[in-house]
Amino acid sequence: MSNATKRNGDQGAQAPVIQMRDVNKWFGNFHVLKDINLDVARGERIVICGPSGSGKSTLIRCINRLEIHESGTIIVDGIELTRNMKHIHKVRRQTGMVFQDFNLFPHMTILENLIFAPMWVHRIPRNRAEKIARQYLERVRIPDQAGKYPGQLSGGQQQRAAIARSLCMNPRIMLFDEPTSALDPEMIKEVLDVMVELAREGMTMICVTHEMGFARTVADRVVFMDSGEIVEQADPETFFSGARYDRTHLFLKQIL
Amino acid sequence: MTSTASTAPPGLLVFQPKPDRPPPLQTVGVVGWLRNNLFNGWYNSLLTILILLLLVKVVPPLFSWALFDAVWTGGRDACTAGNDGACWVFVADKFRVLMVGMYPAEHLTRPILAGILFVVLSALSIFRLFSARKLVLLWVVGTAGCFWLINGGWGLTVVDQSLWGGLMLSLGLAVIGIMVSIPLGILLALGRYSQLSVIRALCVGIIEPIRGVPLITILFMASVMLPLFLPVGMEINNMLRVQIGIILFSAAYMAEVVRGGLQAIPAGQYDAAKSLGLNYWKTTVLVVLPQALRHVIPSMINRCIALFKDTSLVIIVGLLDFLGMTRASIQDPNWLGFDAEAYVFCAFVYWVICFSMSRYGRSLERQGGNE
Repeated sequence: MSNATKRNGDQGAQAPVIQMRDVNKWFGNFHVLKDINLDVARGERIVICGPSGSGKSTLIRCINRLEIHESGTIIVDGIELTRNMKHIHKVRRQTGMVFQDFNLFPHMTILENLIFAPMWVHRIPRNRAEKIARQYLERVRIPDQAGKYPGQLSGGQQQRAAIARSLCMNPRIMLFDEPTSALDPEMIKEVLDVMVELAREGMTMICVTHEMGFARTVADRVVFMDSGEIVEQADPETFFSGARYDRTHLFLKQIL
Repeated sequence: MTSTASTAPPGLLVFQPKPDRPPPLQTVGVVGWLRNNLFNGWYNSLLTILILLLLVKVVPPLFSWALFDAVWTGGRDACTAGNDGACWVFVADKFRVLMVGMYPAEHLTRPILAGILFVVLSALSIFRLFSARKLVLLWVVGTAGCFWLINGGWGLTVVDQSLWGGLMLSLGLAVIGIMVSIPLGILLALGRYSQLSVIRALCVGIIEPIRGVPLITILFMASVMLPLFLPVGMEINNMLRVQIGIILFSAAYMAEVVRGGLQAIPAGQYDAAKSLGLNYWKTTVLVVLPQALRHVIPSMINRCIALFKDTSLVIIVGLLDFLGMTRASIQDPNWLGFDAEAYVFCAFVYWVICFSMSRYGRSLERQGGNE
């Protein structure tokens, strides 16, 4: 699969759907994000990688304002993220997020997890929400688990349910925060398969992951971060064969 | 998943899992239990035998006093006729006072109806004939109904609150106290967790002082000191003041119990709810509280039991609750010398109610386990 052609085809002449300009963030005195500039085009699939503590999770958590940036601007689908809660909710409704620890609601069944936000945020009637939910469960290949509680599922099944839960909100952008890091090796593939499928359908995706196979298969661009900065970014082929920085080489040597 | 002969490629060994076997006999069943729990070594065996001997010594006399030799019928004379057993006639004679205090005899059907209503509500809760939301609604309506029956008004003769007493008063104070203090405690706990420092400070300012003084002090302040501060002509009746005191005291404790539950909710749950576009109240009411409250059922039931028993402290502000009435009955000159019966009966009723609450809490926990 040629990533170059896909990238050109999708990007078009549209304004970027996510625009980060000179974003800075601190945790106390710790400078987590330093002058981050990142544009994401509609339909683009980006993989962010880097050593732990480099700020990659914080970066994508800023995109739906789970973390608050102290300076710079973040514009998501034309809406700037400020203190305005209305705008924040609007961005969050268009942005799905998948977490390392799944974060399914343990007191609800899988089906209830899926219909919960559509019903309470989008005010969709229950039977329609259930119909949509079952379609997505079918797509992530766990239609039989609808009536079970998250604790009764394997990690891989829980993560797929979590992806389906996000998709039920019909998001335009999907953020993945190390979706396979908490999984047993046997279950990583089933989650990645779902993500690859999603990528092929043209979803805008930003994915923090160490799965370099995934990056090679679907990413339009790989972003490498270290100490709160974007060190370099390139399409996968260039990135894996001809990274320009020593830090990137060291990182790739360690994980590949 | 499992490898079977049909799917294995040629040349590979086929892994066959061993079948499950039952555990050794001595670790299960009655014999196993006895071995593990009662006769585990010579020291424990000795203790078991000593305790058995003690039980044999103590239990039969207790039963013959309370049941076999007890006087169940007749008047006071039947009890003094040289009988060793308990005189339950005394309790029967004082039963009305113990239950409803000085409540006027001509209106006695009203507290009886209220009592029946209360028992029905309890039964509905225990057998879970309705969803939790409906049960809460039923309890609110039912308690209001009980209050109306006992208090009067709206077509019924008003019975002065100074005549209320006995178990009716204890239960009334406890039920209303629990019903109001739980939501109030939840609000206080949420306030203590709030991002807004004013609200946080306010809630801490309510919780900590109340938690820092004994209930007796609060009752005393509510009953004796509060009227001194109120403007002349403004009067809140004693019962209401005491009830408010109990509610505030209990709410401060409930708040801390709920806070413990809130702390057990992982940050990821908030992240997930936020990322789905839910606002603060929806996140709190639909995601956080259902989980947090489930975590704290044991301590919450604990608080409810403690609250029910604490109502016996209202005696210091002149209200005669169940225990107060028990003590008053003992001092009746016609029935001197039956302290044991009175207190045993009183303890038994308290125990039945508290134990029921405890069992109910356990069943709630079990229900919450897989939900």
